Amino acid sequence: MIWNKNKECMSRDELRELQGKRLHKLVDMVYHNTPFYRQKMQELDLLPDDIRTIEDIVKLPFTTKADLRDNYPIGLLATPMTEIVRIHASSGTTGNPTIVGYTYRDLEIWKEVTARALTAYGVTRGDIVSVGYGYGLFTGGLGAHYGVEHLGATVLPTSTGNTEKHIRLLKDLGVTGIACTPSYALYLAEALHKQGLSAADLKLRVGAFGAEPWTENMRHEIEEQLGLQAYNIYGLSEIMGPGVAYECSCKNGSHIAEDHFYPEIINPETGEVLPTGQEGELVLTTLTKTGMPLLRYRTKDLTALMPGTCDCGRTSIRFTRILGRSDDMLIIRGINVFPSQVENVILEMPDIAPRYMLVVDRKNNLDTLEVQVELRPDKFSDDLGRMLALRNELAGRLKSVLSISADVKLVEPNSLPRSEGKSTRVIDKRVLA
Amino acid sequence: MTIKQLSVFLENKSGRINEVTKALGEQGINMHAFSMAETTDFGILRLIVSDVDRAVEVLRAKNFAVILTDVVCISCPNVAGALAGILERLARHDVFIEYMYAFAQGDKANIVIRPTDLNECVKWLAEEDCNILCDRQL
Repeated sequence: MIWNKNKECMSRDELRELQGKRLHKLVDMVYHNTPFYRQKMQELDLLPDDIRTIEDIVKLPFTTKADLRDNYPIGLLATPMTEIVRIHASSGTTGNPTIVGYTYRDLEIWKEVTARALTAYGVTRGDIVSVGYGYGLFTGGLGAHYGVEHLGATVLPTSTGNTEKHIRLLKDLGVTGIACTPSYALYLAEALHKQGLSAADLKLRVGAFGAEPWTENMRHEIEEQLGLQAYNIYGLSEIMGPGVAYECSCKNGSHIAEDHFYPEIINPETGEVLPTGQEGELVLTTLTKTGMPLLRYRTKDLTALMPGTCDCGRTSIRFTRILGRSDDMLIIRGINVFPSQVENVILEMPDIAPRYMLVVDRKNNLDTLEVQVELRPDKFSDDLGRMLALRNELAGRLKSVLSISADVKLVEPNSLPRSEGKSTRVIDKRVLA
Repeated sequence: MTIKQLSVFLENKSGRINEVTKALGEQGINMHAFSMAETTDFGILRLIVSDVDRAVEVLRAKNFAVILTDVVCISCPNVAGALAGILERLARHDVFIEYMYAFAQGDKANIVIRPTDLNECVKWLAEEDCNILCDRQL
């Protein structure tokens, strides 16, 4: 099923023309309303009228996460705050969260693209969809929520947490769709089995999974355990949230809502634009956003655009599964975690040496984060209670900064590997093969 | 009237205690008593040794986190009820014990006590005529 045939199945020529027009309008807007972009364009000797067609996009500057941080909190808004009707925030690298402001129109577009995604998965009016993404500053919960409502299906805003109640509601209401992280889906399946229930006791038939990397094997496992069809949903708060791209029934790559988000693949080292089919970093331009539009935003996600048309009838371009990240950001339980955030917390603790090791794993289908830190030899105390208090204090501070719980492990002084050149501070044991 | 106890921070890793005992053994340092306090991922090894200063030197050279703690060691007859008698008297004087461990040999039993207030504890033990040991007596 296709939500918006006009846009999703547009001819490529028509689409490129539309993208060109929208890009010109966008560049005109940010040049006049966002000092950051005006300055960047002036440095490149560019005027809005130099950008006429979508091919001209390569002349424009990139935007990075660091630019968002440097312009914290609202320096990149292209409209006055009075036009902003919602704000989301995600974790940043050095304490500053990334703030994204949405106008009413932005939210309308977000609903539209999320409805497209849900329709591509086969969700219709009459379905009940449980949204198990976190509700709040994270875009997952509210993003999926309004998409379901816009489509006319019933939304069950379960959010994260209470898994027992979640299972009970899935069962008692005959919920047919679920949107959550893939790792939570597997955790839910396991909890279901522990209660002596199985997929046959539920009516789930469709799942929209995203916000963290996952694999074909996980897809098969989720599908088998929950008795549903599992689809990828892609998004990032800087660009919009879930709905930027989505799989269709072919399950062969995610379609980008290209009339709103223009994709490019670049060599992450050189910034050079790569031809379709080659692997590189995904760069997205928000063609229609008005609150906080971004030019050529470097997502750090590594993927490749797929040549050719899809059997589903959509003409919008697809990208392959996300192959990795071009920076050191970790995605744990759907939350962005930067090693530098951990480092900052550790540096604030005088009893802990300024070294650490992060061990990310997946236990019982849930991501886990272990933070190993060295005790300073002169801060060792014979009092076990004091040692535990130190550990708990660090765990509490990490939780407040990272928004996820970490298992803090005190290790012996001088036992963590010392850096020789590039130090290994992260061990990711999650097997994504 | 107190003795120096060696406390060593240890990760819960197999072979770790052996690293300590081996290092001390190689240097001819004898262990009179020890106990292990543990949590899920780390522990504190507490030792009474024959040469405490050398032991600190040896272990620090091997990168162990080591500190010295004052404890009191008392000797009592190795018979039923002896320890109860001592503890009852300490309790009467409101002495709070953080941890303790004991070792018995022949007709004697030695008890290592770490009270919250060391001076207070030593004072009451002396007043109650308990046999407090010093380093040389171990």
